[in-house]
Amino acid sequence: MTSAQIIFIIVAFFTLGSGVMVVGTGNLIHAALWLVSTLFGVAVMYALLNANFLAVIQVVVYIGAIAILFIFAVMLTRKEIRDQGPQLNKGWWLSALLAVLVFSGLAAMLWGWEGMSRTAAEFPSGFDSMSELGTALISPNAYVLPFEVASVLLLAALIGAVYIAFNRK
Amino acid sequence: MVPLSWYLIFSAALFSVGLFGVLARRNAVAILLGVELMLNAVNVNLAAFWRYLDPVKMGGQVFAVIVFAVAAAEVAVGLALVISVYRQRNTVVADEIDMLKW
Amino acid sequence: MNFWTDPLKLAADWLVGLLVGWGVAQGIAVGIAAFLGILLLIALLMVVDVLLVWVERKVVARFQDRLGPNRLGPWGLIQPFADIIKLLIKEDITPANADRVVYNLAPILSMMSVLILWAVVPLAPSMLGVDLNIGVLYLIAAGAIGTLSIIMAGWSSNNKYALLGAFRQVAVLVSFEIPMVAVLLIPTIFAGSMGMNAIIQAQDIWYVVLSPLGAIIFIIAAIAELGRAPFDMGEAESELVSGYNVEYSGMKFGMFYAGELLHAFTFGGFWGILFFGGYRFFGLEQISPFLSIPILLTKAMIGYWIIMWVKYTMMRIRIDHMLAFNWKFLTPLAFVLLMVTALMNALLQRASPWLYAAGMLLSNIVVGWVILEIMRRFSRGERARVEDAYQARMETARH
Repeated sequence: MTSAQIIFIIVAFFTLGSGVMVVGTGNLIHAALWLVSTLFGVAVMYALLNANFLAVIQVVVYIGAIAILFIFAVMLTRKEIRDQGPQLNKGWWLSALLAVLVFSGLAAMLWGWEGMSRTAAEFPSGFDSMSELGTALISPNAYVLPFEVASVLLLAALIGAVYIAFNRK
Repeated sequence: MVPLSWYLIFSAALFSVGLFGVLARRNAVAILLGVELMLNAVNVNLAAFWRYLDPVKMGGQVFAVIVFAVAAAEVAVGLALVISVYRQRNTVVADEIDMLKW
Repeated sequence: MNFWTDPLKLAADWLVGLLVGWGVAQGIAVGIAAFLGILLLIALLMVVDVLLVWVERKVVARFQDRLGPNRLGPWGLIQPFADIIKLLIKEDITPANADRVVYNLAPILSMMSVLILWAVVPLAPSMLGVDLNIGVLYLIAAGAIGTLSIIMAGWSSNNKYALLGAFRQVAVLVSFEIPMVAVLLIPTIFAGSMGMNAIIQAQDIWYVVLSPLGAIIFIIAAIAELGRAPFDMGEAESELVSGYNVEYSGMKFGMFYAGELLHAFTFGGFWGILFFGGYRFFGLEQISPFLSIPILLTKAMIGYWIIMWVKYTMMRIRIDHMLAFNWKFLTPLAFVLLMVTALMNALLQRASPWLYAAGMLLSNIVVGWVILEIMRRFSRGERARVEDAYQARMETARH
């Protein structure tokens, strides 16, 4: 058990535990806060994968914006301070069965794949993943078109969200 | 060294937890929380494949960045819809929002 | 490598050698040495924090034409220690219906978001916590955790005013992150890297000369991010009864307060690093870290003094004016400045450093001039409109 494996196991259990608490807890604000800890665990996963730009962007975008949006939405859509009623709907055992089936299906499908036990490929020397990512995002031979389309999508979402949630007095 | 299988099993597990959250919760905001978990699981999967197969080709990381943007856009519009529905119907329980016009 | 050029590495090597000699594995010994280094940095930061309380009280007193604490110890230096003892012996109250875990976690997260910023601050050319190549983005990430702690504090206090203060403060914080990110890209363009050490090493000419407008926008966005006046919606004492930390007393309030002061000092430090050359001062930093650390701390203190100066001179801005100022003025200005900087950088890339600096400075002055003209025209139009309305009312009143 190398130290990298021990760290991975700790972070994975932390993230999965927080994920289970997100879907399992009754108090919705607590669910949003458990989501924050799940997102933080995923950011640590990115750092373990040497994708440090993704890790920092995860914290900035997900925890700094999306999680706060969730907390605001939870606070704005409740009739009283306490949560009321059951938090899981009637067929929840069926959903649990389906989730277990999906997980075992994915695991079984991956089991037969020969690349499962691969270890990390080496970085070529002098490889700066940050500048390569920047070049890939704006180079016409690479991914500039998805990048621009994503920015148009964000503009559309911005205008749409403001229009939908606008409170016409 | 951490084998690739561990990352893939982890992301499959996180995806299933998110799937349970989407299917089993009553509150609309809680359903969106489950969707967020699923998107994060997929992103970890993409980043793991980028790192383990060929880190020189930036396709995996670029895909993950685009998924960030799409997830942020979807959460913004989804929560705006939930708030708007709450203003109209005064409820966010997904089972009670079942008639188009009353 | 002797004591004067690299004391920390010398101490770390000695400690690791000692531990390995006692039979500890190499990896664990390095880990213990790193952990002790982190503890040392945090301990020194907390001592600086305590002294910052004294600095703050003396400076605010002088701004308000009085003396400040001068009874305890010479020049009142023992005063902050007395404050801390008072805060520690206060009763630890948790409101009745408050969310216990979240309520107690919020001040810890708030302090944590400030302390983790010091992991990327370069104290000397070879002395920094971790040389992240994305240090500039790390700044924003730590701010995101601070934002979260404010919402947690406001919500878990089970108090309408706390919640209202937290909502407003978080709206301001999230809004002002955008011009800050845009302006943080300007030193990145100049230095070609996001790492703090790389930005300092590339500052042969201070970046405040290359982009003074960028430095001004950064300090405005930073003061808004800190939640200090004139942007302190979260603790507006006369409006919201001290906002999101109204239910906190004792050391928990002390953590919020001291965390805010340390945050202000840290951002003074970042202003110095990004725009004023960091630990560099005409080559003095090459001699020894014992010179570069005081240089950095001096620049941080000057930045902190400017932040305090703004706080104790200006009035608080109303929340809708604050958000309008951000979205209608600061964000477009930051993006226009970023585009102009990128354009000038592409045009002047092969020029000599002096031509580059002159070109950048000129473009900044042009952008600033254009903005001032637009604002002048806008306010002239506003004043004409108000005067016409006044004249019309006087006419109807006369009849």
